[in-house]
Amino acid sequence: MKRLLRRKSTIAFAMALPLLLIIASLVIYPAFYSIYLATLNKSMERFVGLGNFGFLFTRETFWMVVKQSVIFAVSAVFFKALIGFFVAHFVHNVPTRGQRKWRGMLLVPWVIPPAMSTLAWLWLFDPSYSAFNWIFEGIGVHGVNWLGDPYWARFAVILVNVWVGAPFFMIMYLAALKSVPEQLYEAASIDGANWWQKLWFITLPMMRNIIAITALFSLIVTFANFDIVRVLTSGGPVDQTHVFATWAFQLGIASSDIPLGACVSLFMFPILGVAAVFILRDISQRGNEA
Amino acid sequence: MAITNLDRRRFLAATAAASAATMVAPFVRTSHAAGTLSVGFWDHWVPGANDVLTKLCNEWAAKEKVELKIDYITSQGSKILLTIASEAQAKSGHDILALPTWYATAQARNLEPVDDIVGPLIAQFGNAVAVVEYLGKQNGRWLAVPATPGSQTKPPCGRIDLFKQHVGLDLTRMYPVGAPPDKALADKWTWDTFLIAAEKCFKAGYPFGLGLGQTTDSVDWVGALFASYGAELVDPKGKITVNSDATRQVLEYARRLVKFLPPDVFAWDDSSNNKWLIAGKGALIMNPPSAWAVAKRDNPKVAEQLWTFPSPKGPKGRYDPGLPYFWGIWKFSNNKPAAKSLLTYLSRRPAIEALVNASGGYDIPGFSGLRDFKIWAEQGPPRGTIYHYPARDDQIVSISAAPAPTVIGSQIYAQATVTKMIAKCTQGGESIDKAIAWATSELEGFMRV
Repeated sequence: MKRLLRRKSTIAFAMALPLLLIIASLVIYPAFYSIYLATLNKSMERFVGLGNFGFLFTRETFWMVVKQSVIFAVSAVFFKALIGFFVAHFVHNVPTRGQRKWRGMLLVPWVIPPAMSTLAWLWLFDPSYSAFNWIFEGIGVHGVNWLGDPYWARFAVILVNVWVGAPFFMIMYLAALKSVPEQLYEAASIDGANWWQKLWFITLPMMRNIIAITALFSLIVTFANFDIVRVLTSGGPVDQTHVFATWAFQLGIASSDIPLGACVSLFMFPILGVAAVFILRDISQRGNEA
Repeated sequence: MAITNLDRRRFLAATAAASAATMVAPFVRTSHAAGTLSVGFWDHWVPGANDVLTKLCNEWAAKEKVELKIDYITSQGSKILLTIASEAQAKSGHDILALPTWYATAQARNLEPVDDIVGPLIAQFGNAVAVVEYLGKQNGRWLAVPATPGSQTKPPCGRIDLFKQHVGLDLTRMYPVGAPPDKALADKWTWDTFLIAAEKCFKAGYPFGLGLGQTTDSVDWVGALFASYGAELVDPKGKITVNSDATRQVLEYARRLVKFLPPDVFAWDDSSNNKWLIAGKGALIMNPPSAWAVAKRDNPKVAEQLWTFPSPKGPKGRYDPGLPYFWGIWKFSNNKPAAKSLLTYLSRRPAIEALVNASGGYDIPGFSGLRDFKIWAEQGPPRGTIYHYPARDDQIVSISAAPAPTVIGSQIYAQATVTKMIAKCTQGGESIDKAIAWATSELEGFMRV
């Protein structure tokens, strides 16, 4: 027994136990509970198996939400990654003395709770009093129906998500950039490589794993986004900005159909599960090759 | 400090003495002899309204010797809905909880019937208003007690000056303070007249501020429009009836009306119409008097010109949108007698009047006999501006999606099916038949049991 207690693995397990208990009670239990809820009928009195999932497949709005969630998550992650990549390079090339200031300022959108910052964006996009439209009208351009037109409304929710999330990519990419050995660039310079070749043959391969992990992490978080859409559009106009989480809330809480709401929220799981398997498998393969 | 050791002999002696004292001592009624009661009320937006409710509750608690705990739960961020859902799931929480609109019937199986409270109230105050009965009663049993705090209607609130100037209609003459409406004018106050007024105000640069988004203010006024044309999406037996001439008539009407509304109404939320009126940009909205109350503070010149009056009449009657609140007692409550006693206390006429006064007349009691409180005639400026806020005359207070069975109606309401139909055949450029076909498909989905 004493030997067991002295083992490093036992100590590690004991130290991780509080966290495991928290995860079990706040993540695993609710996850299984929502699976259980998704198998009940509307009045939650009868087991219907996968009936709710089958029902959702027949609904036009469900497929619209699937399409919108994919458009929202993929485009937002793409632009976050792109902007994060460029900004990380910009910050990396700022002299060390001023770098901390830039890093701090650029992280602000990510640090502010999204529900609060989205409220500020709501005022900028306000249907009747948009600050953007006020500027447009000042220069003689027609105002945009930001949240009333389905396409502009989708643009608005994606834009805010990119604004909130890009700093996370920036900081991750910046850390990755700092870990690329300077000697590789020096060797490439000696060989006559231009900036594009350095980027393509050194920077990107060295950052590949971090890019994949960041994209996966962000994809999961963006797919599950709730606050931005809820605050900006509440899913409107005519459901055309709903994503899984907001539609699940609308069905489960606002319409008192908790089983169907649970069912919608569970659809995120297989989509993200498949993405996670592919990306993590790729990373582990590259790890083995190295 | 002296420390005494408690040995076995002394412990036994002390406990024996204590037991003997307990056995011979007389029963003393403590300050909380009737147990504890936990209540979750809706957090009122009117400053001071919660204090009056707390005072009433404390009076009752002192009289009944109950230890009372009150939480005020905001409806911001749907917190009250989340609380209802979580307490229903956990079968634990408050003994009494405030339940907005559809949530009494949604929680029917978890609520203690309250016929023994509501029955005598009806005998005393007259019938419950139609919308209150529709949302509070199921299978002949009252599920929750009609609550005064939070209960509201959303009739038009218009600008006296702009209506006189651009429409040629004196709102204060049509619906005067302390008197019945001018019959000739009120009879002409129809949705057709409304359309003409909307056009005139639009041309004058003061469009009506009627949202067509997916939040309650939008859904409510559109629901009243549908009801006044007799356009039911689902009948009381649960049969889909949206594909009707009445629905086509409403959608045709909406197509004409939308041309005279601000172009961004499809994105409006519940604050947009208030801001529209308070900023002086529009001639009319459909809302409780909260817009007037805020205007009184922020833009008094606009507030002085506001007049709340009944909705226009349609072929099937004059419908005002109404959103009642209820107080429900959970079946899992450990102190149902105390809960019933408190709700009875809060439903006495003086208590209801105190609550209405505390809200500045915003709250409307659920019973038809409680429409004579002075506050509605006294509020101003202009004096009597909300006299016609409670429905007294030929109005039928209803909710969007009625008379569908509430299990379907709640989804029609929450999913904003009516405003989406209008959005589809106006902004979306679809035909009326296509909008009806879409609604039919949605309604079929809502039928799931």
